[in-house]
Amino acid sequence: MIPAAFQYVKANSVAEALVLLQQHGEDAKLVAGGHSLIPAMKLRLSQPSVLIDIAGMADLKGIAVNGAELTIGAGETYHAIATSATVKHACGVVAACVGQIGDIQVRNCGTIGGALAHSDPAADLTAVFLALGGKVTAQSANGSRQIAADDLFVSMLTTALDSGEILAQVHVPVLQKGQGAAYAKLKHPASRYAIVGVAAMVTISNGVVTAARVAVTGAGPQAVRQASCENALIGSSGDAAAVKAAAAKAGDDMDYLGDIHASEEYRRAMVQVYAARALNEAIAQARA
Amino acid sequence: MTSETTTPMIGRAIKRREDPKLITGQGNFLDDVKLNGMTHAAVLRSPYAHARILSIDTQKAAALPGVVAVFVGKDLLDVNPLPCAWPAGGFKNNMNTPRAMAVDVVRFVGEAVAVVIAEDRFIARDAIDLIDVDYEPLAVVVDPEKATQPGAPQLHENAPNNVVVEWSAGNREGTNRAVASADVVVKERIINQRLMATPMETRGSIARYESSTNEFTLWTSSQAPHVMRLLLTAFVFGIPETKLRVIAPNVGGGFGQKIFVYPDMVFCMWISRKIGRPVKFVEDRSENFKSSTHGRDHVTDVELSGTRDGHITGLRVKTYAGLGAYLSTIAPGVATTLYGRIITGVYKIPNVSIDVIATYTNTAMVDAYRGAGRPEASYLIERIVDRFAAELGMDPAEVRRRNFIPPTEFPYDNGLGLLPYDSGNYAPALDKALANVGYADLRKEQATLRAQGRYLGIGISSYVEICGVAPTAWANGQGWGAGLWESANVRIHLTGQVVVTTGSLPHGQGVETTFAQIVADELGVPYDSVLIEHSDTAGTPFGYGTYGSRSLAVGGTAMVKSARKIKEKAKRLAAHLLEANPEDMIFADGKISVKGSPDKSKTFGEIALYASVGASMPDGEEPFLDETTYYDPPNCTFPFGTHISVVEVFPDTGAVEVKRYVAVDDVGNIINPRIVHGQLHGGIAQGMAQALFENAVYDDNGQLLAGTLMDYAIPNAGMLPDFEISHTVTPSPVNPLGVKGAGEAGTIGSAQCIMNAVIDALSPFGVRHMQMPATPEKIWHATRG
Ligand SMILES: Cc1cc2nc3c(=O)[nH]c(=O)nc-3n(C[C@H](O)[C@H](O)[C@H](O)COP(=O)(O)OP(=O)(O)OC[C@H]3O[C@@H](n4cnc5c(N)ncnc54)[C@H](O)[C@@H]3O)c2cc1C
Repeated sequence: MIPAAFQYVKANSVAEALVLLQQHGEDAKLVAGGHSLIPAMKLRLSQPSVLIDIAGMADLKGIAVNGAELTIGAGETYHAIATSATVKHACGVVAACVGQIGDIQVRNCGTIGGALAHSDPAADLTAVFLALGGKVTAQSANGSRQIAADDLFVSMLTTALDSGEILAQVHVPVLQKGQGAAYAKLKHPASRYAIVGVAAMVTISNGVVTAARVAVTGAGPQAVRQASCENALIGSSGDAAAVKAAAAKAGDDMDYLGDIHASEEYRRAMVQVYAARALNEAIAQARA
Repeated sequence: MTSETTTPMIGRAIKRREDPKLITGQGNFLDDVKLNGMTHAAVLRSPYAHARILSIDTQKAAALPGVVAVFVGKDLLDVNPLPCAWPAGGFKNNMNTPRAMAVDVVRFVGEAVAVVIAEDRFIARDAIDLIDVDYEPLAVVVDPEKATQPGAPQLHENAPNNVVVEWSAGNREGTNRAVASADVVVKERIINQRLMATPMETRGSIARYESSTNEFTLWTSSQAPHVMRLLLTAFVFGIPETKLRVIAPNVGGGFGQKIFVYPDMVFCMWISRKIGRPVKFVEDRSENFKSSTHGRDHVTDVELSGTRDGHITGLRVKTYAGLGAYLSTIAPGVATTLYGRIITGVYKIPNVSIDVIATYTNTAMVDAYRGAGRPEASYLIERIVDRFAAELGMDPAEVRRRNFIPPTEFPYDNGLGLLPYDSGNYAPALDKALANVGYADLRKEQATLRAQGRYLGIGISSYVEICGVAPTAWANGQGWGAGLWESANVRIHLTGQVVVTTGSLPHGQGVETTFAQIVADELGVPYDSVLIEHSDTAGTPFGYGTYGSRSLAVGGTAMVKSARKIKEKAKRLAAHLLEANPEDMIFADGKISVKGSPDKSKTFGEIALYASVGASMPDGEEPFLDETTYYDPPNCTFPFGTHISVVEVFPDTGAVEVKRYVAVDDVGNIINPRIVHGQLHGGIAQGMAQALFENAVYDDNGQLLAGTLMDYAIPNAGMLPDFEISHTVTPSPVNPLGVKGAGEAGTIGSAQCIMNAVIDALSPFGVRHMQMPATPEKIWHATRG
């Protein structure tokens, strides 16, 4: 559990970090909270030769609502987000989700940017971010671009971010009247990551579900949307029977992982159970 | 010292004196020890569970700047393999113990193959990746039963069918008859899965050799420093015992894993002598999981016979116990004596027969882990008795009550070659637990909820165990290779302060506090004036260490005896000064006075001063108050109790919620309730974790799948209910303190308590048994038929 040797540089701004990234190229890695990267380095699964520390930098901080959008700086910690009145008010599911990640130490260090950039197959936030239909702002030496949630997670531990890019901000919608969002999770007994996590966002207008986004994490190699489930719900009243029917389609089109704690078969079944839980809660909120 | 009456300390829930230091970072654990010129070791470990080593190329590693030296198994052939101190009965005489490093063949994933010594830990670790080993993989077996079958891979040439021990106890013919003629027979295959002890502090060693004196000092995180000294000098190195000093710094938990002698002790010592510099090795968590000892790993077929009215008539058991690739220090005895001889638990069973076949498998060594054999026994009997009750449709509490050993039969000989159970009264503990949990109401609530499609389960476990091990003569008869007494020296310094040295030691459980409480009371001195010194072979008398819940019952008793000798001498000296008869002296409240004339007295402090100065000792008396005891108990002690848990299982996910946990434990007299409760809490948590999630799984290739804390689930507080703990008190007649031992009781009582509750909850689905751990997935499957 001792990492390979590496060089450590502290960046004080995004601009500085971008220069350092360019200088060191592929051998460099950004480190924010370090709670995904350092464990991987200790097992020598990851062996960057340079670590560029972006933790705590002012450029990556800030939590603000602009119209219908909540923007969270990529460097905000889980703890800051979980306890932010702005986040709780604008998009409570994000605060609730990060408030149960890991333990206090993890929440004091782990960052929202790190979580999304890492795309761990069992991470919690990835599913919530997908279900909310958020986007990220990425900065590089060439400027900045936005990447939609649906395009961000490419495969296990791989995102659409380029190695020269820094994830700077995370944007999610401010939930409006008639909207609800929830996250339901089956915790891994050892790691407390998600064995199965399902996030759902539902819009109800005049008693009819007009939009639904559902995403699953934990069960497969990366977080994925659940189109069949969403389609089954849209147009329905969102009553118990509709949720049951929609939940039965959750997990239809995705790949599964199995391990000593939960087989593929079990994960598949739990996706449906937790989809129903997330949908029920999201619908209840939307109706409230 | 004053002669004021001191408050009795025994029975008081004072806080642990160890803790302020340990919780403020002032503890001194192995990794805190830093020596001048110290080098650092990293170990290359086998990635194969079974393979021939064809060649090892260490050149590149040796050439890395900062690397001091690289060693392989062949370099250390001038020292012996590790000893096994408890070959047990039925031993096949194929003592295969590990060497410091593998030589030609590796037999489990994690076995040491090469050691790099470097200027720092980081370079040493980097160099490991530069060593090239050419392996020829061999066939692997990880299951203790499959290991004995024809065609199974053979681990050692001298161990046909991989059998280490074939051991039996009881009455085979009588049992066969009882089972054959019984009204009811229940049988089950019951697996007690492999567990990893997971002490918070991993293991390791630091060795320093001084060429001027040929002396070694070894710092190691150990539960038995004197035994390590004996085994390493007399058995491994063949040097005088006096050439090694062993120091156990603060020990951050052990749970048994730190009783044993390990390869790192040997290679650190050997290499420090070779290179003339101190060598430090501290395991990382993965190494602790892969290469330090594991626990349990039993596969058992059990049959229990009885009458329709719930009387047990016979018990037939056949167990395959996996001991790993080599024998660890006391492994064979754990799987036989500490398991098979208490297999009947709290019941009077007329016909019992047990066979244990212990085997080599391509896995890490298995040895004592909290409870050591008794949790396996207790799990087995309590599970099959519950199974019997379910078969009869009888209340499991009632079946237990009908078969308890009656209180009139103590001391009780269970006929299995154990010493007689010292004392016991099992029904009151059961009754108290039933009352505390509100059993009758719970059964009603269970029925009501079932009708609503909710699944409550109530689990009972009545256990007895063996503590305070043990009389040496008996242990020797069980194949134990040394003594099992314990030592304590008590000295009263000139200032009246009391210094106790002992071969026993704390490894996290708080015995410094408990020991000081009993010595303070025995001498009638303030608790704060008693110092307990331990854990260093320099300055403490030889002793066997801390395990088997023996620290208080054996080590503590040695202290009481020494304190009593001190009191006798103090009386003689006081009598001399007061010109009275020693027989007429009374020692009470820190004063020694003449019977009938309380004003004629000396304080204990005055006597201490007088004896320490020693200017005018009476004829035949030496100066100083200094007495030593080597206490060998006449028997073990047998704590017991009943635990009851209430769980709810949720069929949609298979999740289990432990709603309540009620424990009534009889650990004899209680010195410090806070410490006893702490021990019970931790023990119950570990047993509960075995029932619900801990599982050290190897795949068929011998890869440890649960090899990190991301995969191996240990309990955290959030996963546990409040523990509702109370006691009955049946003092042990074995020792003057009347104590039995509390270190392992929680673990021994709890796994089956939870499993019985889970299985009870699942009974509407036709479930009669389930193997541990009862994971949500297994439960989910079970509810789907
Ligand atoms: C004990 C423990 C328990 C945990 N439990 C959970 C859990 O229950 N649920 C859960 O979801 N997670 C859990 N985690 C993971 C935790 O959430 C991680 O901290 C988080 O996933 C990554 O955030 P970080 O800031 O620590 O990222 P880091 O570890 O610093 O970085 C992770 C990766 O992202 C890259 N990166 C970081 N920031 C940026 C950025 N701004 N732009 C581009 N790339 C970036 C890094 O280069 C690295 O590759 C746990 C971790 C631990 C140690």
